Amino acid sequence: MIVIATFAPAFSQTLPQSADYVRILPELVLSVFGMIVMLLEPVLDEGKGQKILGLIALAGTLAGIGATWFMAQSPGLAFWNMVQVDGFSVFFHVLVIAIAAVVILTSYEYMAVQRIRAGEYYALILFGVVGMALMSSAVELVLIFIALEISSISSYVLAGFRRHEAASAESSLKYFLLGSFATAFFLYGVALMFGATGSTNIDQIGRMLRAGAIPLLAFVAVAFLFVGLGFKVAAAPFHIWTPDVYEGAPAPVVGFMSTAPKAAAFAVLLRIVFVINVPNTFWLIWISAALSMTLGNVGALVQNNVKRLLAYSSIAHAGYLLVAFAAAPGLGTSAAMFYTAAYAAMNLGAFAVVSHFAGAGERYVTLEDYEGLGRSSPLLAAALTIFLLSLIGIPMTGGFFAKFYVFSAAVKANLIGLTIIGVLNSGVGAYYYLRIIVMMYMRESRKEVPVTPVPFALRLALAACIAATIYLGVFPSRVLRYAQDSARQLVQQSPPEIPSSASVSTVPEIL
Amino acid sequence: MSTDNLSSIILTLVTFAPLAGGLLLTLLPRRDRDIRIFALVISLLTFVLSLHLPVYFHRAQTDFQYQIDKQWVSTPNIHYHMGVDGISLWLVVLTTFLTPLCVLISWKSIHERVKEFFILLLILETALIGVFTSLDLFLFYFFWEATLIPMALMIGIFGHERKVYAAVKFFMYTMIGSVFMLAAILWLYAHTGSFDFVVIRDQIASGAVAKFPGAAQWLFLGFFLAFAVKVPLFPFHTWLPDAHVEAPTAGSVLLAGVLLKMGTYGLLRFNLGLFPEQSRHNAWWVMTLALIGIIYGALVAMVQPNMKKLIAYSSVSHLGFVVLGIFSFTQAGLNGAMFIMLAHGVSTGGLFMLAGILHERRHTYEIVEFGGLASPMPVYAASYLVIVLASAGLPLLNGFIGEFLVLSGAFQAKAVYGILGATGVIWSAVYLLWMYQRVFFGKVTHPVNNSLSDLSGFEKMAIWPCAAAALVMGVAPIVWLGAIDPAVQAALTPFARVASRMVGQ
Repeated sequence: MIVIATFAPAFSQTLPQSADYVRILPELVLSVFGMIVMLLEPVLDEGKGQKILGLIALAGTLAGIGATWFMAQSPGLAFWNMVQVDGFSVFFHVLVIAIAAVVILTSYEYMAVQRIRAGEYYALILFGVVGMALMSSAVELVLIFIALEISSISSYVLAGFRRHEAASAESSLKYFLLGSFATAFFLYGVALMFGATGSTNIDQIGRMLRAGAIPLLAFVAVAFLFVGLGFKVAAAPFHIWTPDVYEGAPAPVVGFMSTAPKAAAFAVLLRIVFVINVPNTFWLIWISAALSMTLGNVGALVQNNVKRLLAYSSIAHAGYLLVAFAAAPGLGTSAAMFYTAAYAAMNLGAFAVVSHFAGAGERYVTLEDYEGLGRSSPLLAAALTIFLLSLIGIPMTGGFFAKFYVFSAAVKANLIGLTIIGVLNSGVGAYYYLRIIVMMYMRESRKEVPVTPVPFALRLALAACIAATIYLGVFPSRVLRYAQDSARQLVQQSPPEIPSSASVSTVPEIL
Repeated sequence: MSTDNLSSIILTLVTFAPLAGGLLLTLLPRRDRDIRIFALVISLLTFVLSLHLPVYFHRAQTDFQYQIDKQWVSTPNIHYHMGVDGISLWLVVLTTFLTPLCVLISWKSIHERVKEFFILLLILETALIGVFTSLDLFLFYFFWEATLIPMALMIGIFGHERKVYAAVKFFMYTMIGSVFMLAAILWLYAHTGSFDFVVIRDQIASGAVAKFPGAAQWLFLGFFLAFAVKVPLFPFHTWLPDAHVEAPTAGSVLLAGVLLKMGTYGLLRFNLGLFPEQSRHNAWWVMTLALIGIIYGALVAMVQPNMKKLIAYSSVSHLGFVVLGIFSFTQAGLNGAMFIMLAHGVSTGGLFMLAGILHERRHTYEIVEFGGLASPMPVYAASYLVIVLASAGLPLLNGFIGEFLVLSGAFQAKAVYGILGATGVIWSAVYLLWMYQRVFFGKVTHPVNNSLSDLSGFEKMAIWPCAAAALVMGVAPIVWLGAIDPAVQAALTPFARVASRMVGQ
């Protein structure tokens, strides 16, 4: 009965309209390019084929961004209210596709250096992006689950791409096992939510929950959904897998995994937290945010492997981002959106440097290897320094404004405790990022670490990341205003929460 | 261009000229001599530009002058708002005065990675000037944090043996201190809707913060912690000796000359300016810490075997005077505090340069390694004497004016503060003159010192302006105080109000 009631509007419409297809155009374009890569791969000559496939994949991402522009022209719902095109989903589409483009550029030479010959690498990136893009525009829990699976399965395979390395296989298997476990949680949450409200559509669930008394089941469901997504974004206490997986996986893939799927999962989380808006999720997020920041930063302090260090740092950054979720909807959403963008730029850049410097077999990944990099390769060292300073949150970089917006949203929502934990953590965090800078500039290298010249594709990727980091650090207004506009659309569906501080009424509408 | 037009953009020019120079420097080829000359030209140009500020400054006016206010980021409401008053005016000039001297003193001593060094130096100058000129709290924080990186890199790359330890310690202390300020700034923004210093000050005065019980105290502490670490006030001072001993000479000069003043400037501008009532309530323990700093710093300085560490601890002691003066809430005290900031910048900057000159010749700062230097290096000894006496507070030199004013202010506040503070003057004479005697008088104890060369041309050019400034400031302090006094009076008006309200109760 309920099923029919839910899907009743679906039957009133006939077949999907052309507008429906426009609203998933980026996904379609990316899928087509992914398939082209798969089809061409066996035909092409092994040596040269790699590069051609990389170029095709790159073209695919550019076409995907173009398609996103088309998609943005026709906002609205599609496919029986399962997909929603709004400013919010456009933002995340552009973000994940741009991330993929940079990752492809980073992988371009990396694949040759590591002697990985497999065209499906690029196809998997494209398919993964399809899933992530869909996650950001899906407003129906089952579709979100499917999109999540598309993106996850690509990531599981990508993590194991250094086939000759045991660590990579371990990474892939761990990621797969724990990831499936987490997605099962998510699916269970979907089922419970359906049981509680009789719907899988986010808007309807939100309306249903606001209308009447909230069944206990809904709380449990949200908790389960949070567990599933918490795993994907590597938030404590669901973060244990992160260091091992990041250590074993190929460095460009880690750059990818730590930014794009996270951004997509945060997009879903934003919709779930702020549109469904179940009360009392607040403490769930508060605790997870505080734990992630603290465990991530403390864990990173003692790492000696750069990839593990950045893994712990990504846990900490997930924590900072969750602070925004604990804040009020409007401010929190835009702050979180800005943060994902800034984080993507700086973290991708950092991993791009790491993946080039690691060399064949990813041999050079310890902190000692970075000694004297400032002399042996000023370009790589300078680029990495910019990204690390941004991760610390130093002015003139995107990371600064990202943290700034998140904490100011938190202060505005009167979360002083969480803000203090956050700023203290960012002080502690400065230490381990600084250690890398110290290694690069203030120590002489004791080991012979070969530094090959930086290839053109990587230069392009680094330039893009640096430009984005600096741009977000000096002219944040444009991106933030866009995020705010789309956040406003997003939370309009739910009534605005009244901020807890009484004086806010005197504040002009600025943030 | 007419002076009016120039006045409207002068602060932007002064602030960003060094940065522009630093960026141009990245394009220059690595010919060390050209790079040095270019850096010198840029820093001198900045100094000349900055002289516009005192020349066209309206002394009677207490408002901020040369203001520029443009929106930078619309959301949140961040403005590019700059301006100076009598308090910040001279600190800007101090910065631009010391930087060319830093270039000169580094002429020979920095011979590796010359380009990077001067780029860092120029970036640092921009950040320092920005700290003193910004009137938007966000912009202020921005520049405040921006000073950290070039300074830490300068210590870490160009420093001495334990440079990395010192650089990281410096960075972490200041960073952790300043995140509390960030939290306070964010809170203020959330409840006033503005980052603008003037707007926030007016809103607080009209009770925007008072309606949250206890908030003002926490905000006061948030700002205070960031500034106290920077000053450094006892017990937050432990990073300073390490940073100074390891830093290259130019780094030490700017660190002691300007960076420490960021802390005292912050206390004066923000803690006193925004939270007059809390400042009053907390004055007793802040002044106690300042007194401990004065006496403790002096006693520790006395027993230092290392010349640079001695000067570093003397900074702890001198900056204690500044804080004592600020929290005396008297006109004399504040005038004196401001004057010590400038005097200390000139004379301690000079002392660090002189110590650096010795280090270049002997590669050590240990006092026992020297003795009887007056005969092989007469010019050096004479210059050293002038600066030591200035630092020790001899009348007619600049140290005296400030200390006298601060002590008279402290006496007005409470006699015991003045009495205890006055002992600091004696201590400083003891440790400075004792050091001078051990280094310069008597026979040459180490034969190697006989062959030390006297000051070179570049060194003279770096030291003598300091000595001259010390003398001029000591003879004609009114030139500086004339601009400082009205600003200080304006800064004290809320205290008159607070006091009268207290009396009324």
